[in-house]
Amino acid sequence: MITPKYTREIPQRYRLEAGRCTGCGYIAFPPRLVCPECDSRDFEKISLTPSGTILTYTVVHVAAEEFSTETPLPIAIIETDDGARLTAQVVDCAPEEVKIGKRVKLMFRCVQREGHSGIHQYGYKAVLED
Amino acid sequence: MTGIVGYGAYVPRYRIKVEEIAAQWGKDPDTIKNGLLVQEKTVPGMDEDTITISVQAAKYAVQRARIDPQEIGAVYIGSESHPYAVKPSGTVLIDALDIGPDVHVADYEFACKAGTEAMYVAYSLVKAGEMKYAMGIGADTSQGAPGDALEFTASAGGSAFIMGSEKVVVEIEATYSYTTDTADFWRRELRMYPKHGGRFTGEPAYFRHVLGAGRGIMERAGLEAGDFAYAVFHMPNGKFPMKAGRTLGFEKEQIEPGWVVPLMGNTYSGSSPTGFVATLDIAKPGDRILLVSFGSGAGSDAFVFRVTEEIEAVRDLAPSFKSLLEENRIYLNYGEYAKFRGKILMND
Amino acid sequence: MREVAILGVGMTRFGELWEMSLRNMFAEAALAAIDDAGVDHIDSMYVGSMSSGLFVHQEHIAAMLADYLGVAGIPSTRVESACASGGLAVRHALFEVASGASDIVLAGGVEKMTDGADATDALASAADQEYEAFHGITFPGLYAFIANAHMEKYGTTREQLADVAVKNHDHGSMNPRAQFPFKLTRETVMNSTMVAEPLRLLDCSPVTDGAAAVIVASMDVAQKMDRPIVKVIASGAATGAIAMHSRKDPTTIPAVGLAAERAFKQADLTPEKIDVAEVHDCFTIAELVVTEEMGFVELGKSGEAVSAGETRLGGRIPINTSGGLKSKGHPVGASGTAQIIEVVEQLRGDIGERQVEGARIGLTQNMGGSGASCVVHILEGVS
Repeated sequence: MITPKYTREIPQRYRLEAGRCTGCGYIAFPPRLVCPECDSRDFEKISLTPSGTILTYTVVHVAAEEFSTETPLPIAIIETDDGARLTAQVVDCAPEEVKIGKRVKLMFRCVQREGHSGIHQYGYKAVLED
Repeated sequence: MTGIVGYGAYVPRYRIKVEEIAAQWGKDPDTIKNGLLVQEKTVPGMDEDTITISVQAAKYAVQRARIDPQEIGAVYIGSESHPYAVKPSGTVLIDALDIGPDVHVADYEFACKAGTEAMYVAYSLVKAGEMKYAMGIGADTSQGAPGDALEFTASAGGSAFIMGSEKVVVEIEATYSYTTDTADFWRRELRMYPKHGGRFTGEPAYFRHVLGAGRGIMERAGLEAGDFAYAVFHMPNGKFPMKAGRTLGFEKEQIEPGWVVPLMGNTYSGSSPTGFVATLDIAKPGDRILLVSFGSGAGSDAFVFRVTEEIEAVRDLAPSFKSLLEENRIYLNYGEYAKFRGKILMND
Repeated sequence: MREVAILGVGMTRFGELWEMSLRNMFAEAALAAIDDAGVDHIDSMYVGSMSSGLFVHQEHIAAMLADYLGVAGIPSTRVESACASGGLAVRHALFEVASGASDIVLAGGVEKMTDGADATDALASAADQEYEAFHGITFPGLYAFIANAHMEKYGTTREQLADVAVKNHDHGSMNPRAQFPFKLTRETVMNSTMVAEPLRLLDCSPVTDGAAAVIVASMDVAQKMDRPIVKVIASGAATGAIAMHSRKDPTTIPAVGLAAERAFKQADLTPEKIDVAEVHDCFTIAELVVTEEMGFVELGKSGEAVSAGETRLGGRIPINTSGGLKSKGHPVGASGTAQIIEVVEQLRGDIGERQVEGARIGLTQNMGGSGASCVVHILEGVS
């Protein structure tokens, strides 16, 4: 089914592997071939710091079918402490607790399960730092 | 000297109280609490499973071990709730922690003993000089059948141990296993819930093997109860480990620090290993700790541990087990619990 | 390049068109446009559709629709840019005619959304599949990100968002082709089902079937036809980062500002010169942000402006007199073309009840996904 794509994405989903542009410091997550800021094609491999701040968020009430049992589902745009940006669910909290500016840690969780017979798709999710 | 160079435990934040489950089935909560000596249990989030629990415990272990995960030569996860029937849990963990690919991975099972057998094999490989570091993990998210006694205790959590020979934090002084074919508790392939032999799970199963292993290891090591600071036993409920410990000559004060079942429930392959990690929250250099697991079917693995000076340097490099068990708990009602545990028939 | 005009327009009504298939909807709209233009042939055609593949499992629709329009043989091209497909299809028709390669080109869009596909899932394919949709975010969720950031930064209120829907429904109640031709109150909007906080059901454009088409012709062909003509004086297009999290400021949609800047420059105009505009209100917050991006209102002041009535019919700059995507409906690939139709009819002066008096210059703004693509057209009434 989708195992080739999922397997290819493991470095990003499991280890937050990104590319830092050696020209300007821009962090591409996922890694890219060319820097959108300075056009450089040279990147160094890094793993993002698994902590950051919520820039904006929403709580999804009407979700796609795969997530229909998880609503209300908080999802946020997070800026990691090393300056990268990503989108992740915010879990293990009441939806009302999610606010712009709060600090989060990125944890290893199962993001999707492919029905009863498919694979478990693991990746990162955010948890509010207390 | 060979032993544990890094350790970590993890339980999810969700809980359900005995009262909630009792109310669901029309049972008296006080009778249950007094009978099992359990107040509440841990519940995995819908996005958690034996793999995610193992990964988190392993990350804490690596933090305490202060090693490059690439140096770990083997990873073994023991569980009776591996997320796949066929496809290993250990392989997800190694990719999550950037271990390997030159690493040996195997998943273990033996009811609730799967964790200690992973620990035993990891330890043995390092002791034999096969590799510098090896990791053994016990973790579970086992299910209790609705309305069954086990529903009050079957919970989620796990612990990870990295074995090595340098900067050992907890030395392993002795090991011993006691095993027979005893069908006290089992689950057939493709069945969702296990079955058990009721009172047969007591004397002929749990106590025969736990006491057999306990006596066996103390004899082998030439030790008695008084030589230990703590003793940790497999905790299917609150009463069995207390009774086993007292029978072997231990005092309540030696058993209590590792006796985490009243708030954690029974994390199966994670049970005694996690009780052991709880004692490491407070253990002092020189303390001896006895660990005896039990897995139905049946068998017990025993270890004699001795804490070294290194404990002071590493203890605070990851959260204490007490903080994970007691802080930031999120309580569920039975409906939420049933949804989280997939006990509701969905239209899919 | 030579001057280009819109010579004919045609569209189906928008709504849940259970009895109509994708191919028949497009044919109906295209034939209406051809009749309106009075032409006896077309040289080529462009079809915009976000995802005929995901919605009805049909690709290759450029060829299929040429076939069903009875013109198999002419060149036909499918244009895809999520919700900007319809506007972008027209842009390419403009280039083909302006370059002299063709004289008469049909451009339109179509989307069949109600044949049973999971619309939430299909629409989320306009986002970054692996790094946004994989984590559970939906299309409304992406705009909710913008709404929360905008409310945090500028103090935009829930009431101001609702006023966009109220205004657009007031306009849409005068549009016989609209999916929801009825008025709304603020309270109804603010009490509707929550979709992605803070956006509720009535902040969101609906799931809609529909098709819209225009005939693009060179000015000299158009002038010979004795039909009302509207000149296209600018086409500006731009792209932006696909993922919301890649945008520097989540209260902005840079591709919109960029496309508008290009269009205004090409036409040598400024926002004050625009008499009427159709903008991409896929969600109430979207209309607020794009009016800021294009310079119709000051940054952060769009909420105040809509609540003060500046953007309603009769106000300073009437926006979405058609009812917008909200009230008229949003058959994804067709919306961009339908916007152009509304402005053409306004500039012809024969739109009826919702006429902006003396409208001479109009603007359309069509964007895809959470704003990773945008196309802006400026049109001038000639006859």
